[in-house]
Amino acid sequence: MPLIKHGAEIDDIWAYVPDEADLSPGGCITVSLARFRSEREILLARNTDIGVRLDPEDDPHELEEFLDRLQLIEISFPKYTDGRGYSQAQLLRRRFNYAGELRAVGHVLRDQIFYMNRSGFDAYETARADLHEVVEALNEYTEVYQPAAAGQVPVYRKRHKG
Amino acid sequence: MYRYDEFDARIVSERVAQFRGQVNRRLSGELLEDEFKPLRLQNGVYLQLHAYMLRVAIPYGQLNGRQLRRLAVIARDYDRGYGHFTTRQNIQFNWVALKDIPDVLESLAEVEMHAIQTSGNCIRNTTSDHFAGAAKDEIMDPRPWCEIIRQWSTFHPEFAFLPRKFKIAVTGAEHDRAAIRVHDIGLHMRQRGDVVGFEVHVGGGQGRTPHLAALVNEFVPETELLDYLEAIMRVYNRFGRRDNKYKARIKILVSEIGAEEFRRLVSEEYAAQREHEKIALPPEEIARIHAYFAPPELTPASGPDAAFEALKAEDKEFARWARINLHPHKVEGHASVTISLKPVGGAAGDATDAQMMTVAHLAETYAHDDIRVSHAQNLVLPHVALKDLPAIYRELKAAGIATANESLITDMIVCPGLDYCNLANARSIPVGQAVQEVFADPDYQEDIGRLHINISGCINACGHHHVGHIGILGVDRKGEEFYQITLGGRADEKAAIGDIAGPGLKADDVPGALKRVVDTYRDLRTDKSELFIETLARLGHDPFKEALYAAD
Repeated sequence: MPLIKHGAEIDDIWAYVPDEADLSPGGCITVSLARFRSEREILLARNTDIGVRLDPEDDPHELEEFLDRLQLIEISFPKYTDGRGYSQAQLLRRRFNYAGELRAVGHVLRDQIFYMNRSGFDAYETARADLHEVVEALNEYTEVYQPAAAGQVPVYRKRHKG
Repeated sequence: MYRYDEFDARIVSERVAQFRGQVNRRLSGELLEDEFKPLRLQNGVYLQLHAYMLRVAIPYGQLNGRQLRRLAVIARDYDRGYGHFTTRQNIQFNWVALKDIPDVLESLAEVEMHAIQTSGNCIRNTTSDHFAGAAKDEIMDPRPWCEIIRQWSTFHPEFAFLPRKFKIAVTGAEHDRAAIRVHDIGLHMRQRGDVVGFEVHVGGGQGRTPHLAALVNEFVPETELLDYLEAIMRVYNRFGRRDNKYKARIKILVSEIGAEEFRRLVSEEYAAQREHEKIALPPEEIARIHAYFAPPELTPASGPDAAFEALKAEDKEFARWARINLHPHKVEGHASVTISLKPVGGAAGDATDAQMMTVAHLAETYAHDDIRVSHAQNLVLPHVALKDLPAIYRELKAAGIATANESLITDMIVCPGLDYCNLANARSIPVGQAVQEVFADPDYQEDIGRLHINISGCINACGHHHVGHIGILGVDRKGEEFYQITLGGRADEKAAIGDIAGPGLKADDVPGALKRVVDTYRDLRTDKSELFIETLARLGHDPFKEALYAAD
């Protein structure tokens, strides 16, 4: 599936390993939070990059103490109408200062990408929008009313810049 | 009132361009209807029984003459010559073609209006007291904070896909005219020493499971309000139910985990906010927004106005209208005027393009260019000098909007019902009209006094039947419409959910049954100063239920 990051389409070097499948010996892998919880020692001891995929009901607080050892967090949107992933992203980026890749996976549509970007996502796995559309969606608004993970200066600050 | 600066204007015009693109992608088939749905919904576009409906935001119910004129032009050019003012202080157009909606939005943007977040599972238009800034009993004007909340909630990236829609109401008077206890969040402005703050109620709502909001915080200082709201919203976004649309409102979360646990979750999230996460709205921004709501310069009258008193003495109809449709103003010699959109036999909340033009003209000529929409679906001129009332009355009368029934029994809240809405199970408008007919005699309704009848055509309760002194709920039973009556609801500071009186009535039986209930009240009240709702509270519901089901 096409992966778009920082305004470019890139190759995906990551593989998600479902809970019932064996871990591959090498390569960059992501696992579910449940698997990370139960096999954490083995996973963190590997010489490869590790990522975790969060489902909407997962609590990102569980990852807080391991964030500097994770290179990727995928946030899953089984349905684009389920907005829990936006709160997960804001918590990871703003409260826990997670600095690795934050990727939206699942039902990722062009018209949600602006909100995702503002909430702290920097990569989008989407079959429903091409690069041109994603870049367009990211630039639909030049001003914002509230602070968020992406760090854009909200208008209530711009209004009072001396 | 608030005026857009360059930033507000840019955001709204970018929205128009974005929605134009979305409509084009839908019309070309690139977007599936299912994917278009949440996009159009966040812009107030519903697919109704007959056509698309466009709901335009009227933030906290305030308009100026230029804006109301523009709504009139849209009604005339894109609809069928009328608009429908709603219980959320918005306006709906029922017959706009999808391909025209981007042009309508562009036209609205020119007068600093939009349809952003008037539907969808996001934070909706913030509602308020329709007499805000004018009412004699007001302690603080809630509108600046409504505007601050409007801006904060507009395109909030974290809260655009909530479990369900989300409604916030703010009031600043002791008497609650904004029904804050039946909102997802109800804010009551309070003062402690020199600090202005908010009493925060969460989890109220109507619909199929009505709840009164729980008091979650007695005092949140104004500088912390937005950060506290962020904490509430995040708790709801993370933990609100998403498995069942009918259990997804925040009221269900609060009632399932309990107010105590909800309060704990919010406090925990609020306490965890780090310094760089805080909005901590700068005092100069709070001051900037407040400056737009400075009261108009009104000269207090030194005594009664001769022309006003003379016309009252000579014209009984004018005197009645002035007795009923005026609300006490802060400044001597002034009043807030309710323009009733509830003529007997009309459709509640509907206004024609010509009527909107008349009201715009009156506001510009006599009323400091300020117009409000009330949640009871009427219009209000909040600042009027008594001396101008004769002239205003004459024009209203000529336009057919001088009905003297504010808060009387014929001033009913009525949802569009089965005549327009694809959720409805039963008709509302014709039943409301039939009830109005029974109480149409002006002397009779004035004798009855303040009595709110609210009608909903289905369990979603858009007609606020749960909080009507008398509520009427239309239900469908095997293809036949029945109307369930509730008694004892109220939406004010003594908010209560009405009790179902008993089995549903056939449409034809509703007016007669309600007349028996009301006449029972007239027999049993201590005197005319005791309102229906008070007699009901004093005596209990039994005598009224008996009257409801008695044979004629």
